[in-house]
Amino acid sequence: MAAPDNIDAPPILTVEGMSVDLKVPSGMLHAVNKIDFSVRPGQTFCIVGESGCGKTMTSLALMRLLPRSAKLSATRLNFDGHDLLSLSDHAMAELRGDRLGMIFQDPMTSLNPVYTIGNQMEEVYLRHRKSGRREARERAEFMLQRVGIMSPALRLKQFPHQLSGGLRQRVMIAMTLMCEPRLVIADEPTTALDVTVQVQILQLLTKLQEEFGMAIILITHNLGIVARMADRLAVMYAGKIVETGSALDVFTQPHHPYTQGLLRCMPTHDHGAPATRLGSIPGIVPSLVGDIRGCGFANRCDYVRDACRTGDIALRELPDGAAYRCVIPPDEALARPAELATP
Amino acid sequence: MLRFILGRAVMLALVAVTVSFIGFGLLRLSGDLAAVLAGETATAADIARVAKQYGLDQPLYIQYLDWAGRALQGDLGKSLFTHEPVTELILARIGVTIRLAFSALLFALVFALPLGVIAALRKNTWIDRAVLTLSVLGQAIPSFWLGLLLIYLFGVILRWLPISGSDTSWHFVMPTITLGLGTMPALMRLTRTGMIDVLSSDYIRTAWAKGLHPLSVLFKHALRNAVLPVVSLSAVLLGFLLGGSVIVESVFALNGIGLLAFDSIKRIDFPVVQSILVFLSFCYIFLTLISDIINARLDPRIAL
Ligand SMILES: Nc1ncnc2c1ncn2[C@@H]1O[C@H](COP(=O)(O)OP(=O)(O)O)[C@@H](O)[C@H]1O
Ligand code: SF4
Ligand SMILES: [Mg+2]
Repeated sequence: MAAPDNIDAPPILTVEGMSVDLKVPSGMLHAVNKIDFSVRPGQTFCIVGESGCGKTMTSLALMRLLPRSAKLSATRLNFDGHDLLSLSDHAMAELRGDRLGMIFQDPMTSLNPVYTIGNQMEEVYLRHRKSGRREARERAEFMLQRVGIMSPALRLKQFPHQLSGGLRQRVMIAMTLMCEPRLVIADEPTTALDVTVQVQILQLLTKLQEEFGMAIILITHNLGIVARMADRLAVMYAGKIVETGSALDVFTQPHHPYTQGLLRCMPTHDHGAPATRLGSIPGIVPSLVGDIRGCGFANRCDYVRDACRTGDIALRELPDGAAYRCVIPPDEALARPAELATP
Repeated sequence: MLRFILGRAVMLALVAVTVSFIGFGLLRLSGDLAAVLAGETATAADIARVAKQYGLDQPLYIQYLDWAGRALQGDLGKSLFTHEPVTELILARIGVTIRLAFSALLFALVFALPLGVIAALRKNTWIDRAVLTLSVLGQAIPSFWLGLLLIYLFGVILRWLPISGSDTSWHFVMPTITLGLGTMPALMRLTRTGMIDVLSSDYIRTAWAKGLHPLSVLFKHALRNAVLPVVSLSAVLLGFLLGGSVIVESVFALNGIGLLAFDSIKRIDFPVVQSILVFLSFCYIFLTLISDIINARLDPRIAL
């Protein structure tokens, strides 16, 4: 739990009823299905779930960078006072890279191979701050120092292929922070990196968050990372958020059978070891094409009952903004024996 | 860089030897040169005398070494028909051919790059299909037919442009269009696929995520990467244009290398054909060298 849980501050991001539908040959794929969450300033909000559950589509939707075949809808999508649904493309581009930044999964391919690090970092600043070249260069040098890169002046003149994966991800982070965004979305920022480098990058994100005070949406399939970083978290399954709450609540008192299953698969004694993966629960994720009747987890759930297969499963609200989506009431959900991990 | 140039120099020498030797052999096999030179009414004795005079009675490798030795000293021999030095013949005409080749390539690129980019941006829409249809047409229409069509339309009916010769820049307009239209489709398709590839790459997503202006994303970030293969293809096409504009040169009576080669082949003017062959292969290697240098300048990952 890196930063204080600013439960009282108004959210910087509010997402209500957000869906992403993709047109695919076999029909309509509901990649993200009416999700709600909010992120407060300075907070680290983790979205965790197995591969294919809609994490990347969620982050691209927030950036309005979805592929052409995708349709975004929401009842409310507000970032820092801007309605992201009605914002013009131009106004959206002005937010991106300035107030709202994104770090991608693969640092090896996320930087343009034909331009120097300096060029790529400076252009963000030149675009959003309308500053002179000198100022942009100084800012880039400063940011490289902040992400722990030695001899920044030299690195600025180098091309991406001259840097290791870990260094490139540091450069990506520095580039994203050039204009001090209020919210950074990091989509599996360490998945492509060596385990030792993963830990360094996570530590760096925590340090930078203390320094610059931005909120982070950290997307991962790794519960170890969630345990280490999250203030609040949302567990996603088949395009839906099935459980959300403060990291402490969800880790100590998981209510949803899927969350419980995930935590049971997680080794108890080495938090933060980024080797912990999801997906050790038997069974397969249902197809996201077409409508799923009832609970999407039903075919893998040990507690499935008739009520699970009909209609939408209602959200059950808990204290402190926690909630889960399951037919089982809280007392019964908590009564189940489980060897749980503590965060 | 030095190693790269040295390597290319060695390659140049090897190709020169290979091409000239194969060319030499093929030309000699293609007909009895002495019989042609001696004329249709010549007797067997006449032919033997001519063969002896030109050294054609010697074994092939002696003839080749003989030729190569003189070529190395800059003496490419004389035309068997006009008796002018081959060097002068080539130099007198190369200007026209180079001018035509470059203007045709420029014409092709001026249309291929924007059309390729537009087709990529509007992938699978009617615009994309229209551009592709145009490119298929451009490739399917034979250049002599297109040339004649242009001559008929702009030269004969409208009388806007001169129809033959190479005296003014106006004379190059129709040949350029004819040759350029045939060259454009390959460049356009390569631009299109390159652009489609690059536009779906991670670093372009990064560029959008940085909030850059769309023009900056498309032209600074995408096009520079997409044109890398286009540069290489341009060099190859330019080589074709230098050597392969025979039809266009004859349709428009442009006195270039193509026409010279064509005429010389017809009358088995051996020294001229042989020299043009070697000259063009040199052009080829030189052009790939230039394109490699340009690519290395565009792409920092390439170290020469
Ligand atoms: N471009 C696309 N076209 C069609 N379907 C896609 C596309 N990208 C992702 N999907 C589908 O959308 C769902 C969610 O994908 P994604 O958000 O990438 O998952 P995650 O990031 O959680 O692994 C998956 O079922 C995936 O197959
Ligand atoms: S709704 Fe039913 S199937 Fe779904 S998680 Fe709850 S108990 Fe299991
Ligand atoms: Mg993903």
